[in-house]
Amino acid sequence: MSASSATAPRSASPPQPGEAILDVDHLHVAFQTPDGPVIAVEDVSLTVRKGEFLSIIGPSGCGKSTVFNVVGGLLTEHEGRVSVAGETIVGPHPSIGMVFQEESTFPWRTVIDNVAFPLELTGMPKAQRLERARHFIEMVGLQGFERRYPGELSGGMRQRVSLARTLASEPKILLMDEPFAALDEQTRLLLGDKVLQIQQELQQTTLLITHNITEAVQMSDRILVMTYRPGKAKRIVEIDLPRPRTSEIVGSEAFGRYVAQIWADLREEASRGLTDDETSRNRGSAS
Amino acid sequence: MSKASRGPNALAFAVGIGCLVVFLLVMEALIQFGFVNRFIIPPPSEVAMSFERVIVEEDILHRFLLTATECLTAGVMLTVFGVIGGVLLHRFKLLQQACETWIAAAASAPVVLMYPLFLVIFGRSAWTIIMIGFVAALPPVILKTLEGLSDTRRVLVNVGKSFNLTPMQSFWKILFPAALPTIFVGIRLGLIFALINIVGVEFLINFGGLGQLINELAERYDLAGTYAAICFVILVSVVFFMSLERIERWLRPAH
Ligand SMILES: Nc1ncnc2c1ncn2[C@@H]1O[C@H](COP(=O)(O)OP(=O)(O)OP(=O)(O)O)[C@@H](O)[C@H]1O
Ligand SMILES: [Mg+2]
Repeated sequence: MSASSATAPRSASPPQPGEAILDVDHLHVAFQTPDGPVIAVEDVSLTVRKGEFLSIIGPSGCGKSTVFNVVGGLLTEHEGRVSVAGETIVGPHPSIGMVFQEESTFPWRTVIDNVAFPLELTGMPKAQRLERARHFIEMVGLQGFERRYPGELSGGMRQRVSLARTLASEPKILLMDEPFAALDEQTRLLLGDKVLQIQQELQQTTLLITHNITEAVQMSDRILVMTYRPGKAKRIVEIDLPRPRTSEIVGSEAFGRYVAQIWADLREEASRGLTDDETSRNRGSAS
Repeated sequence: MSKASRGPNALAFAVGIGCLVVFLLVMEALIQFGFVNRFIIPPPSEVAMSFERVIVEEDILHRFLLTATECLTAGVMLTVFGVIGGVLLHRFKLLQQACETWIAAAASAPVVLMYPLFLVIFGRSAWTIIMIGFVAALPPVILKTLEGLSDTRRVLVNVGKSFNLTPMQSFWKILFPAALPTIFVGIRLGLIFALINIVGVEFLINFGGLGQLINELAERYDLAGTYAAICFVILVSVVFFMSLERIERWLRPAH
């Protein structure tokens, strides 16, 4: 069991530069396609410090999920080095817990059995793992739904089950790929609050991938803005907003300034993406 | 299947029964008024009357048990070998590429026509019948198992990888349960194929349970009895598959 859940909450001041726990060094990913290689990620470097909340933001198709898969150890064909606490990643690393962009609960397991899944793998006795699972179910606010099947829940609830399942494995680094992308705005904001609260409670080191500026600014200590194809690191923005934060911060003036700044960066990339899409579509319809 | 259509829908049930009743009444009328020769098709009322006779005089319970045992044996073999076959095809891509097409072709082949070959190998015994049922029904079980395993959503497999599952764990904890609903469909299809073929072969080789009864009654030119026996077989299979569906639903809650 990791010590992170036992440590007292850190002060609400901006995070002190802790030790680096995740290091991505000159990452370069190319996919072989019938039309030749497609460069998905070009020369991305980043460092996540212990206890930090770092977001990667970028337009659709810029290679965010690719970075996610590389850090999670699911995609091993790449150049550059990714390491966790100095250890190079060559496959899924036990310190990293992943929450996926798509719906990923197991439909044949109840909520509590879904959440207890990683504990089952460690061979924890049943009574103990159900108790642990209950703890994480409560943390994501799903108490009372333990015996339900995912098919009986809403999309937002299912995504919380996935989150609880990943948290139950007590990863040193929580890695999330647009976990709220499929949800409506209100649910997204409330779930964002939940994630922030949990992150604060566990002092959870988190790497969030998103294309939502509000979400990124609301939650992050730092934001890495990526360019549209090939995906490069464009800028790192430090978000100097007081913690603990909730979705109420969205109305503040400082918040607006950050959003405007990141939007200015992103707009250029997103519009490049759009024209790119249009030309390829025109080309497609012409042929 | 949506949840709404699952529940007992009384109206749909009534309409279904109503259609059947109307069909029987029309047949009865056509035959009674001489549009259809009653020596080719006996009127439904006569068929209904001969039910009792067929059940009492022809030892139908014994025959039913015989056919049921054959089906059950073929079913167990189907499930075991079909699922194993599907898993092997999924596991070894070369095997899949090599075999999938002709297994699919075999699924639509009239295996029943090969009954002389089976007679030579297994003799005029229940095993001939069981083996034909088994061989005829194996392809859908293999194919559906393969389909279920291959169609498991990638993200679920990736969840397993992210938790560092061994290949064995990945199979038993993710692939297999994810494929189970599709495998059940395959087994149900397989049992339908098996039942059809088993009764058919019983009829053809004049041996065993309900199929032989139909053969006998037909040879005696007892048409009403023949149709009554056919109705009985249909009734048995309907009850059989309705209960299979029940079991299936009970085994996979809230999918
Ligand atoms: N397996 C693959 N084979 C070929 N090209 C791929 C593959 N996976 C991704 N790509 C390409 O790499 C680029 C980046 O894809 P990626 O999924 O990382 O984008 P993304 O930023 O996550 O997009 P979104 O926000 O829509 O999820 C895209 O142009 C995509 O077409
Ligand atoms: Mg993505």
